[in-house]
Amino acid sequence: MTEIARRELLQGASALGLAFALGSHASAQTQAAGQGSVYLFFTETEAQFIEAAVERLIPSEPEWPGARAVGVPYYIDLQLAGPYGRGDRLYLRGPFAVGLPGQGYQLALTPAQLYRTSLAAIAREFGPSTPFASLTDADKDRFLRRLEAGELTIDGFSSAIFFETLLANTIEGYFADPAYGGNRDMASWRMIGFPGAFAAYAAVYTRHGLKFDRAPMAMAEVAHHDDHHAAPATAGAAR
Amino acid sequence: MPIRKKPVDVVLVGMGLTATMIGKELAEAGLTVVGLERGVWRDTVPDFQSPAMHDELRYAVRQHLHQNPELETYTFRNNTNQTALPIRTLGSFLPGTDVGGAAVHWNGQTWRFLPSDFVTRSHYESKYGRNFIPADLTVQDWGVTYDELEPFYDRFEYLAGIGGQAGNLRGEIKPGGNPFEGPRSREYPNPPTKLAYAGALFANAALELGYRPFQVPSANMTATYTNPEGMTLQPCMVCGFCERFGCEHFAKSSPQVMLLPKLMEKENFELRTQAHVIKVLLDPDKKRATGVLYIDLDSRAEIEQPADLVILCSFGINNVKLLLNSGIGRPYDPRTGEGTIGKNYSYQTMASVSVFYPESVNINPFMGAGALGTAIDDYNGDNFDHSGLGFLGGAYVAAYTTGARPIEYHPVPPGTPRWGVDWKKAVRRHYNHTVGLTIHGSSMSARGNYLDLDPTYVDAYGQPLLRMTFDFPDSDVKMANYVAARTTEIARLMGGELVSPGDRSTPYSIVPYQTTHNTGGAIMGSDPTTSAVNRYLQSWDVPNVFVQGASAYPQNPGYNPTGTVGALAYWSAKAIREQYLKNPGPLVR
Repeated sequence: MTEIARRELLQGASALGLAFALGSHASAQTQAAGQGSVYLFFTETEAQFIEAAVERLIPSEPEWPGARAVGVPYYIDLQLAGPYGRGDRLYLRGPFAVGLPGQGYQLALTPAQLYRTSLAAIAREFGPSTPFASLTDADKDRFLRRLEAGELTIDGFSSAIFFETLLANTIEGYFADPAYGGNRDMASWRMIGFPGAFAAYAAVYTRHGLKFDRAPMAMAEVAHHDDHHAAPATAGAAR
Repeated sequence: MPIRKKPVDVVLVGMGLTATMIGKELAEAGLTVVGLERGVWRDTVPDFQSPAMHDELRYAVRQHLHQNPELETYTFRNNTNQTALPIRTLGSFLPGTDVGGAAVHWNGQTWRFLPSDFVTRSHYESKYGRNFIPADLTVQDWGVTYDELEPFYDRFEYLAGIGGQAGNLRGEIKPGGNPFEGPRSREYPNPPTKLAYAGALFANAALELGYRPFQVPSANMTATYTNPEGMTLQPCMVCGFCERFGCEHFAKSSPQVMLLPKLMEKENFELRTQAHVIKVLLDPDKKRATGVLYIDLDSRAEIEQPADLVILCSFGINNVKLLLNSGIGRPYDPRTGEGTIGKNYSYQTMASVSVFYPESVNINPFMGAGALGTAIDDYNGDNFDHSGLGFLGGAYVAAYTTGARPIEYHPVPPGTPRWGVDWKKAVRRHYNHTVGLTIHGSSMSARGNYLDLDPTYVDAYGQPLLRMTFDFPDSDVKMANYVAARTTEIARLMGGELVSPGDRSTPYSIVPYQTTHNTGGAIMGSDPTTSAVNRYLQSWDVPNVFVQGASAYPQNPGYNPTGTVGALAYWSAKAIREQYLKNPGPLVR
């Protein structure tokens, strides 16, 4: 188990919320039943790279946590362990060809296979004695830029394909609802001022320039606050 | 052998917006109507309710209301010298699926096309000379005029409860509306939206330069509204989860809230979901459709539904796939310019300009609604002099505030690193302090842009994928860059610290989202050698097949297409009811 995961288990779910002084909404509802504290897809070696890499993509600052602290490695792990990782909604019939940039993703790999293949190639690049996670920040960034530029060839494809997927998934996990295991305590929403899932601005959108600083709400909180439409107002159903 | 169902009068393929409208018209006329939908049933309650609906990851990023490419997708190339490859994950456009179709996840920006848009070729040739239109463009007249469609635009707008301000009321130019629009017979059914902050900043700068800003016509309700069908819609809550989401508040004009329940009440209408149509069945001489063949996705059984009238109502380019897979009409050949099915596939030429503000200016972009925007139409269509410009068409320019869900919306100035602490600081600095201007431009049809069946790749049902061959013609690139330059002039007066003009470059890429305004491929017209359907959307080749939707557009004007899709559906339905049923056969000879 990684160091941060062990700390969380020992200190309880609200530790991050307290540490970053992010307000009164404890993150308990996002941490139910050990979610975000154990890896379902990544091996320990893979997780070490992911944790170190996402922290360079979205680093922590004194006031605003980065991707690792808000659980993005666990977000990516859960995504890869589920339908997205298996290639849900991805057309995977052949034949396969390299294609032009404007033709988009053309590998025969599901996202889970893409990560597994790429992380193995990266691990080979470093060897077991000095893994990526042990590098200085500057050296980590240098290596990530090499991946980004496609300077590595992974199993016949450009490392840029893996890098772009990792960057996109990192941004997803950082900004998605905490229900998915990242964005703990809605830290990214607080950072930018996005009020989250609870949203009804009909009464205020014409107040131009309004300083709107209500704390954000996640889907789990809206479930307890919102007044839902109670009864179906439409007639008929599929016959 | 397929299971053979009892014959019906009408079969509708796809149960989205046009099928709901036409189904209601024809069921009301007493016909037995069956609607076949490849997807599942869904309704405002429970399917679009919060908190689950306010999930950017599931709906906007993972695309859960959209066509599943694992089952059906397209292949794509820029030109015939390239090999088309499958669009393995949807990007630049997002067709809908399930009951209600794309009219569940649309934004609701509901425009009319200009009178001159319906006569593109003859308008430009008569005004600017016969040599004005570049040789590579295959633009045509529509075979229907604005004046003929006006009552049907009107009927659709009253069905959908559009909020707006007339700019041209029976020829009189009205303040506050779009002064360039064609004459409308009466006011909009609902008041216009109010100005969001971004819209106000844009409007002030536009006025300073002498332009005439107005609020974009909106299918997000601006008041409680009961439409002529007796359906009541509720006011928009301005929640910022509109495009790519279903509306939980009964406030966006989806089939479910504006009409479908009235159709479902009809004893002579039957909806079958998970019914994936693979072919229109034809008699041996291919002059008459006998029904459709579909796969019941529950049992995997092949089922034949005999019908006297077959109406294709799926997403436009999927109509084209079905025509090609059914052998209706002659496929278009870009080498000879002959054939009509697949011809004049067009898109929408989008560009943008961003204005970055000081931290003291709170734009609050999350206070959004799908059609909440302020626009000018001074550079659309032929609203400005095209002499010497070297292009056709134009664009409206709008400051939209459609919502600001942060996975996809986190604007940063050009030159910002793509990741790392400087990126993070820039995201934090600019999220609430940026206004984006949308340049929503026309897409002129070109000889090399077309749709046909892919020779290699198949869908989950073994049918060839539709192959898309497309790039922006020079005329469209020039147009977009011209309007972007004018937009930049406005943007510089909007009080920001930094203006970042985007430009429209080629080649077209299917990766970044642009717009789901895919048009053409089964175009309407007055000549069977140059169009697939006549002015009533009736197939020239198989007269008991009608083809609805934006597949009928000979080229795509610089507006969102849904208003005209709705108008054409009512126009076509009236012709079927009042002419075709009395005397089944070609409505135009």
